[in-house]
Amino acid sequence: MLRVDRLDTPSGRLPQSWSAPLASTVQTEPLHSDLARIAGKVEDGQRVSAEEALLLHERADLLTLGRLADGVRARLHPEGLVTYIVDRNLNPTNVCIADCGFCAFYRAPGDAEAYVLSRAEIYAKVQELADIGGKQLLMQGGHHPRVLSPWWCELIADLCERFPSINSHALSASELDHFAQYERRPLEEILRDLVEAGLGSVPGAGAEILVERVRKIIAPKKTPTDRWLDVHRKVHEAGLRSSATMMFGHVETAAERIEHLMRLRELQDETGGFTAFACWTCQPDGVPDEHLYPEKVTPAVYLRMQALSRIVLDNIVNMQTSYVTQGMKMGQVTLRTGCNDFGGTMLEENVVSAAGCFHLESVQTIERMITTAGFTPRQRNSWYGISDTRHNGVEHPASPREAAVHRGAPADLTHLDAYRRPSEVRA
Amino acid sequence: MTAALIQLTLRAGIGDIAQRVLARERLSRDDGARLYRADLHAVGALANHVRERMHGDLAYFNVNQHVNYTNVCNKLCRFCAFQRLPGQEGAYVMRPEEVAAKIRACQDEPVTEVHMVAGIYPKLPYEYYLDILRAVKSERPAIHVKAFTMIELMQIARRAKKPLAEVLPELRAAGLDSCPGGGAEVFSDRVHKLGYDNKNTGDEWLATARTVHQAGLRSNCTMLHGHIETLEERVDHLDRLRLLQDETGGFQTYIPLSFHPKNTEWSHLPGPTAMDELREIAVARLVLDNIDHVKAYWIMLSIPVAQLALSFGADDVDGTVVEEKIYHEAGATTPQGVLRAELVQWIRDAGRVPVERDTLYNVLWSADESLAQAGHAAPVMA
Repeated sequence: MLRVDRLDTPSGRLPQSWSAPLASTVQTEPLHSDLARIAGKVEDGQRVSAEEALLLHERADLLTLGRLADGVRARLHPEGLVTYIVDRNLNPTNVCIADCGFCAFYRAPGDAEAYVLSRAEIYAKVQELADIGGKQLLMQGGHHPRVLSPWWCELIADLCERFPSINSHALSASELDHFAQYERRPLEEILRDLVEAGLGSVPGAGAEILVERVRKIIAPKKTPTDRWLDVHRKVHEAGLRSSATMMFGHVETAAERIEHLMRLRELQDETGGFTAFACWTCQPDGVPDEHLYPEKVTPAVYLRMQALSRIVLDNIVNMQTSYVTQGMKMGQVTLRTGCNDFGGTMLEENVVSAAGCFHLESVQTIERMITTAGFTPRQRNSWYGISDTRHNGVEHPASPREAAVHRGAPADLTHLDAYRRPSEVRA
Repeated sequence: MTAALIQLTLRAGIGDIAQRVLARERLSRDDGARLYRADLHAVGALANHVRERMHGDLAYFNVNQHVNYTNVCNKLCRFCAFQRLPGQEGAYVMRPEEVAAKIRACQDEPVTEVHMVAGIYPKLPYEYYLDILRAVKSERPAIHVKAFTMIELMQIARRAKKPLAEVLPELRAAGLDSCPGGGAEVFSDRVHKLGYDNKNTGDEWLATARTVHQAGLRSNCTMLHGHIETLEERVDHLDRLRLLQDETGGFQTYIPLSFHPKNTEWSHLPGPTAMDELREIAVARLVLDNIDHVKAYWIMLSIPVAQLALSFGADDVDGTVVEEKIYHEAGATTPQGVLRAELVQWIRDAGRVPVERDTLYNVLWSADESLAQAGHAAPVMA
């Protein structure tokens, strides 16, 4: 009888190299005492080291990780609110010269399917968002060799004028770096222009895994690790907040996942400028370099990583779920494994859906997921201020200026008070 | 380990229940109702403790095939998206040759079980049911035929004009090997009246299951949750299953079934969420102390929830399911059919040891022979 474990995977690619620890082994000594010690630290609000984080990654069971992360979430967000934002995606261009092999969205310059949206097309899309009271326009394009910061400054300024209630949350670190290189200008100058034009916050995309060995394989032409971090540092110094992300489940090792989190934590200690963190799994089906990638990681592995991120990133206040890659059911579960934010309504999402993975959800569904999980849903703005008519307090922060943090903030959590809601600030 | 569990459950206000679970005492109906309301992490950890006490890290699956021989039904249950009236567009009845063709189509797949259930079409004669069993066995003699829910068995006996106890040996002779657990819905008479009053009552379901077990056949059992039933009605349902199990020992596996509202008369109801589904698994594992297995039916739950369920009390995920019609009519979005390798992988990613079983829980293949040995019965610790 054919009962051998077949190597062939649904995609025909290699299987994932990492394997989960057996759940019941957490009860065996001495692992149990080690984990109990680390769990005690997490419960007491102490920071875990890289070694401890790696031990959790390699040996802890799903339930323990989820429960510890839930405790961290409850400590940072005791009021039981779960936020989300009414937003839409807009990709003004799909032209990109970074050639990342895991991306199914981009087209090379001159490609028949390459596009740059006209102003009229952009306005029509943003109008749809304004019509439903949207708060945020997430704009990211490719690294277009001629669509550079002057073009973006003009676009953002025009949008600010036409749609003053919508924040431009735009331009990932690698795009900003691309401008600096192509325009041969210091990033500080480019950022100053963009802020002046009305850029309100910066998305955390393009981080992938912040380890050079990995980036050289999956995104060799994209902004390197140190530069990615430095761009965010300069964004924070320019008075803008940004978010942080992680795309995992491709060629990285467990230790490299931890290193990624550590690099983000260090920068956050320094600037305090990250509003939120989100991780998602690589979606390699149908991408240009599909053969380089292993089989997609399964949802349980996502959940482990998401929970571990909440435990490790003790200085990033908000943790966002990734229902776009994981689906609504998993989205809801993550509210009890560390996440306090449901992300955006994503009226249009091109990049992940180009890779054949798409879960578009309405406000109603998101609210129901949050409510039935035992939390109170609230709409927020790009800086995680509550902008909901049902909210009793003031909307704070309500602008980039109110949200701004400065370099040299102390490493302990009190520096977060500046941008936490008044009800959250500890006496 | 138990110290941490006691602390966690104490904080959730179920420390006394945890003490009873650790002492292997039976939980009361009141305990069950409290478990439905206590913190999910605490309930899950307690259920996981029982699951690991009984099964370690083992997680069972099988390679199976579904045949829904007709979608014609006269029961008009409000939760069902599968039923058609005779003559309605999309209504079908498979001839025995068509059933045989379904089996033949999977001849090259390592399928060990056919799961055969359908609607109640009163025109089908008694001989039809015997014929479809024979059709399966003549096509594939070694396959295990798990067929006919309790309501179908009641209908078959009606058409045979004989008591079920006399019909069952004839069905067995024609090829029936065991019975599935579907159709129990919620035993409450109140819910029965409101939702499926043409169907058998809870008492009739239990009486039929008793007859099946007395005839020497094993069956599964289920509950359809997440529609109009109360938490107390769920506890009542579980308790009545537990009492019958005390008497017959015939249930192998309990499977909570989630109500899918789409395309049903109850489409205005929201249906259970992922957290409800995890809790349902956990409460069942804790209350049903005399049923060996709790199944997280992945095709209905979705893979993420099924993976998590393996840490909330479940030790089985059902099978590869070559063809499944009933849930897909109600909008389940799981891809139909899945490679065995994929199933093995996601069980591993959930931190469990995949074990392929046959319908009666004999081990056919095991990812760890030291924990579960092929050719032996599944090791279940009391």
